[in-house]
Amino acid sequence: MTRSNFILLALVVGIAALPMFGGSYALRLGTIACMYGILALSWNVVGGLAGYPSFATAAFFGFGAYTAGVLLGKGVPLAVSVPAAGVFSFVLACLLGAALLRLRGHYFAIASLSLIEVFRELVNNATDLTGGGMGLNIPLTSTAGVMADATFFFYLMWGLLGGTALMVVVVAGSKLGFGLACIRQNETAANMIGLNTTLYKSVAFGLSACFVGAAGGVYAAWVHYIDPSDVFDILYSVKPIVMALIGGLGSPLGVLIGAFVYLGLEEVVWRNYIQIHSGVLGVLIVVLLLFLPHGLMSLRSRLLAWRPKRV
Amino acid sequence: MSDILRLQSVSRNFTGLKALRDVSLGIGKGEVLGLIGPNGAGKTTLVNVVTGVTPASSGTVTFMGRDITRVKTYQSARLGLSRTFQVVQPFAEFSALDNVAAAALFSQPGESIRSARQEARAHLAFVGLEAQSDQPAATLTLAMRKRLELAKALAMKPKLLFLDEVNAGLNSAEVERATRLIHQLAENGITIVMIEHLMKVVLNVCTRIVVLHNGQLIADGAPRDVIKNPAVVEAYLGQKYAQRAGAHG
Repeated sequence: MTRSNFILLALVVGIAALPMFGGSYALRLGTIACMYGILALSWNVVGGLAGYPSFATAAFFGFGAYTAGVLLGKGVPLAVSVPAAGVFSFVLACLLGAALLRLRGHYFAIASLSLIEVFRELVNNATDLTGGGMGLNIPLTSTAGVMADATFFFYLMWGLLGGTALMVVVVAGSKLGFGLACIRQNETAANMIGLNTTLYKSVAFGLSACFVGAAGGVYAAWVHYIDPSDVFDILYSVKPIVMALIGGLGSPLGVLIGAFVYLGLEEVVWRNYIQIHSGVLGVLIVVLLLFLPHGLMSLRSRLLAWRPKRV
Repeated sequence: MSDILRLQSVSRNFTGLKALRDVSLGIGKGEVLGLIGPNGAGKTTLVNVVTGVTPASSGTVTFMGRDITRVKTYQSARLGLSRTFQVVQPFAEFSALDNVAAAALFSQPGESIRSARQEARAHLAFVGLEAQSDQPAATLTLAMRKRLELAKALAMKPKLLFLDEVNAGLNSAEVERATRLIHQLAENGITIVMIEHLMKVVLNVCTRIVVLHNGQLIADGAPRDVIKNPAVVEAYLGQKYAQRAGAHG
């Protein structure tokens, strides 16, 4: 395992200590941090490794949220509903990927974006199953009290983040990761050396949807109420991309750090500039990307490059 | 001699343009076939049809007794059909070693990344790139990248190897070096089809020449006979070349 992957896993383990340091606010923020981490790390599989700029994150987040939500409503336990959301998302993404990933570049981006709209409309119209635009109430999973509940969902989301990080590390060191790097660099040549590019891309798309779907499921159980405009919010697609760009495209550690930095910025800006918060956040992101186009991870090599000059 | 590859009245159209018209051709095991013809004659299209990049519009392609007309590119690569590109196609960020390792890894079943890298070293040494094995492919010179293409193709353990203008853009010393490599490959028993504009190389290496013009085969035979064929002189070589070759040969 490379050093940066080791740091990645150590960072994830470190987050588990968070509940010791704060109250419900820290728990809420921690849960969202883990969720953002899952979205960003998952996006990195198809966007960073394979080089396909996917905007489908929100589609699978919403799909997972509704899958788990409907199942929970029918009395299926949480321990089954959340894995089911992950597995269904994986299968659905593999199938859709085989068709969508024939498109490249901007065309793929637009097609993946349209998935959100398609899923949202389907959920809106399947009123009997999903409650349509009225939203879906999800029964409480426990009656242990607010704090216990918050702690429980934090660790659930944290566990998913751990799973995502493990998946990413395993993929990066595997034949799959090697193949995806080939596809990113030159898909024609990848085909020519005997690589089944359609299969590899589909599996990558499936893996990038799997944990996102499960995270959607946990989110649904956590907030007890979901509606289409909430879980199929395009921001769930855009944010992971911004996080990956802030951290450094392709590097899992960078992407996870990017997710936390983004959340930090979001919180600080939200508190201090409540009326113009999205504007300020936008400016900050543009500035960051202008001066650090290769993300925070490039700072390390830059600092190393500076050192000899001072000597 | 049994044919390793057989094309049966193969045509390929690109919306109105007939790039290949009714081409029938058999290639014997162990042959070194020169495929020549003017620009736009359909030479690269022929390679693309055989390797499944642009499947034939009509006709059949048989490789080692198996119909591969509709076989996908990655499958034909695993069957032992390998090619180099006219415009080199490296994995630019990868080291030379990983470029070759990728070819070994994905074309051979049961290969691991570690064993693929080991094999790659041998192939890099064969084409004389061992000193550059850790260098990113993007930083290599054109001549080196052409040899890298060759090493990649070899890592796939090809039974039939298409060389699409491996000598284009090289200086004479580099051409000589590449020619020596091709000779060695032929000696190792690999069937080779080379697309080439340098007649010196074609005559030096090939055991047989076929000529494409406007998507049709206009000549097929021993090198000495083909270059004297009036249709070939008219379409491709030109009168001056024929006179010079006549004076020398």
